[in-house]
Parts: sequence; C-alpha cells; structure tokens
Amino acid sequence: MSNIPNELRYVASHEWIRDEGDGTVTIGITDHAQDLLGDVVFVELPEVGDKVSAGDDIGVVESVKAASDVYAPLTGEVVAVNEDLEDAPELVNSDPYGDGWFIRLRLTDADELEDLLDADGYAEHCESES
Amino acid sequence: MGNKTILYTQHVAMGAKIVDFGGWDMPLHYGSQVEEHHRVRQQSGMFDVSHMTVVDVTGPDARDYLRRLLCNDVERLKQKGKALYSAMLNEQGGVIDDLIVYLMTEPGVSGEWYRVVVNCATREKDLRWMSDQVTKMDVALTEQPDLAMIAIQGPEALERVKSVLSPFRQNLIDQLNLFQGQESEGWFIARTGYTGEDGLEIMLPDDEAEAFWKALAEAGVAPCGLGARDTLRLEAGMNLYGQDMDETVSPLVSNMGWVVAWEPSDRFFVGRDPLEAEKAAGVTFKLVGLAMETGKGVLRHGQTVVIDEENQGYITSGGFSPTLGYAVALARVPFATADEAEVEMRGKRVKVRVVKPPFVRNGQKVYS
Repeated sequence: MSNIPNELRYVASHEWIRDEGDGTVTIGITDHAQDLLGDVVFVELPEVGDKVSAGDDIGVVESVKAASDVYAPLTGEVVAVNEDLEDAPELVNSDPYGDGWFIRLRLTDADELEDLLDADGYAEHCESES
Repeated sequence: MGNKTILYTQHVAMGAKIVDFGGWDMPLHYGSQVEEHHRVRQQSGMFDVSHMTVVDVTGPDARDYLRRLLCNDVERLKQKGKALYSAMLNEQGGVIDDLIVYLMTEPGVSGEWYRVVVNCATREKDLRWMSDQVTKMDVALTEQPDLAMIAIQGPEALERVKSVLSPFRQNLIDQLNLFQGQESEGWFIARTGYTGEDGLEIMLPDDEAEAFWKALAEAGVAPCGLGARDTLRLEAGMNLYGQDMDETVSPLVSNMGWVVAWEPSDRFFVGRDPLEAEKAAGVTFKLVGLAMETGKGVLRHGQTVVIDEENQGYITSGGFSPTLGYAVALARVPFATADEAEVEMRGKRVKVRVVKPPFVRNGQKVYS
C-alpha cells in the first residue's frame, strides 16, 4: 500500500497539495503515482510567473516506463519551481512528498481548496483504479 | 495468474514488482531499475531468465536440419560449446524468432548435438515451426522445461560467480572463451549475455536454482529485473523480438545482415530466396540508432521519425539510457537516411542524431 499522508489534499490525477497557510500551496505527485511510473528520468515544469488554471497541463514527467502529463490542481500563479529536479529527478521517487515537490502556487481563489480530496478520498480513488 | 519460474518466491521475497511478460510472472525491478542498470555496468547483476525456451536438437541429421532451419550457418561452429546468434525465417524471409544455438559436442563427431535457446513469448509458434521443418530428417527435438536459467552480467560477474562455485567449475569458467559454454554435471555455463557486458548465462536443474540464486545474492550480485534488462540490451544495440523485428520484416532491414550466412552459396535455408531477391533489388530500409543528446524527453517505441517531407521511419525500441543520461532508440528508416533526423514526440519535433549501434559496451559510450 502506498503512503498517503493525512495532512495533504489530493486530486484524482495523482497530484498532492499542501496548504502552506499563507495563500500558497506546494504541489507534487503522489507516492502511488511515482510507483506506477517507475524511475523518473526527466521532469518538465512551468516557469515562475506562469498563470495556470485548474486542470491545465503544466508539465511532463518522463519515467523509464512512460511520459505522463502533470495537471494544475488549482488556479493561480507559479511562485517557485523545484530546480533540484533538473539534476536529480530521482527525488520524485525517493521523496515524493518532500524533496521531490514540483511547484509552489499562489492561489487565485482559496475556496478551490474545498474541492480537493482528503487522504481517505484519494485512497478510495486509487483503490477504484486498481 | 501467469506461469512462474522456480525462482518466483525468491523474487517476491526480495521485493520485486512483478509484471506479466509473455505469459510469465516476472520481476520488473526490485526497487529501482536505473540502479540495477548501473550495478550491471559497474559491478554485477543477475537476471532470472528461466522463462526462455531451451530445445535440444539431436540425431544424425541435427546439423543438416539446423543448416536448413537457420539463416546463420552452424557450420561456423568449430569448437565444442561455441555459440552462434541466428534467426529462423519464414518462407517470405520474415523473422520467426532470433535465437542462440550452441554446439554441445566436438564438431563432426558421431552423436553431435546442439542446444537452441529461443524467446518465451514465441515458444509455441517456434516449437511448431521447428517441428514442421523436420520433414523426413532423422532429428529429435527435446524441450528442457526443467532447466532454470540465470544470467550474471557485469565487469565483476565472472569473479562473483566463481566465488560461490567449486574449484572444478571455477577452472571451467577460466577456460571459457567469449561466446562459448561448457557442461558440468547437469549445468551448462556459457559466456554469453544480453547486456553488452562480460558475463555468464547458466542453465541448471530447477532444484539447484534457488540455492545458487541465494548464494549469488550473498556474494553481492544485485538481483535485476526485466526493466534493466531492456535498457541494457538497448544500450548494447541488441534487438528485441516483437519490437525491432518480427515476421513482417527481414533480417536485412533489422541490422541483422551479419546474421545471414550467404556463403556457401549452395546452402539452402528457409527464407534464402526472398532475401536474395531483396538484396538484388536493393534494400530500402535499415535499422539504425538514434541519440537524443540534447533536450528533455524520452524516445519511445512507435514514435515517427521524420527524415524529410517525403521520407519517414519509426522507432522500434526507445528509452532512457542510464549510462549516457539521455534517450536512445533503435529505428527503422529509409536506407538513404544520413546522420540527422527528427522525432515526433508529444506534438513536437525534436532533433536526434542517426548513429550506428551499439551505444554502450563494457560500461563506455562507443558510438560516434
């Protein structure tokens, strides 16, 4: 069973969201997602300053197995991207909820957070896909 | 639920992620296929390849039978235990399967016999074809389903294997030439592989396989799955049946021209006539290597290779090369293709270099 931390929020496309409490969120892909992908070899992310809308295709994760789109789970402006993934994409596998984070987003509408799945909801979703 | 090799419980105990491969439940990786890949290039790794099909070819007509069945010529095997890479072709010159054939005795002796190793996913059609080709010859085909097979590969492979074997078998390994195998009390130890590294492929009775696998693990040989096996063989420029060639293409467009023995010209083999005709008319495609030395992204099976507005090819095998740090591929392209091309990847066109495989041998980049 994959690791699904209780304090995070999730979307069905396998991204996780951490509310930083200051109008920003940090986003990455879940342990379940990295396990399905296998070793990650490249990550393409948007740039700081990019405006994204919930559901937008904002990047690509290339693993040994497949290329997989990354979707923006919320609407906002990119305020930081994880530069470490350029040289160490394997962080997505080894620490998906920590050093393997993707981007930080300043939210346009904090109410959107209400629409996200909690850990139990995401676990159920993973179960239904398997 | 698929077939399981005798080592299945070992794989599960060692944390393998199991996938279906040609009807077999096989390890994909034991955590990280990239790490396993590096272990083989830098030290040693082991693969359970017991799913492969072993067929012994015996009888007075064994040699004549194989000379007719295979496009390469077993007459080239001049030494006991020597191995030959070859293929079986259909009447149209398409590749039914690629295989390794070992001469198991001294050449020319009474009782001369051969061992053939074919792919697992093609087992049934191969056995049917081989059986159909016997016709009136005095040949027996005997499958050996109770043999396990373990490939130990990497610069340290021979030393690690020797460290867990008897002095007799250590000595046997010391005497092996590249591409040669020898029997020893029910084991067949061959200096062959599918990684581009030195190493051994060992066939042994099922009931001895688990102890040997465990001993190798204790000696520091990393268990490796099919994921690493695929990236290693791709870097080594070795074809994978069903991707890089199949029944619809000839060896001449599959970078396997060297596997066709044209001489002596009076040797008939199945598929010879269409190959002769293809060669006479001029071969129109070739299998080349592609290297994506700049930019992010991974070349993948099935992607279109654009040469110019009128000429296209396709990637037969692609992937990320852990040794090189970028994507490489094998691709079938028009024969006149020069040294550059573009690949259509996710709605974009990316530049790649067209090179001659292999990409990596013995841990080092070898193409230029």
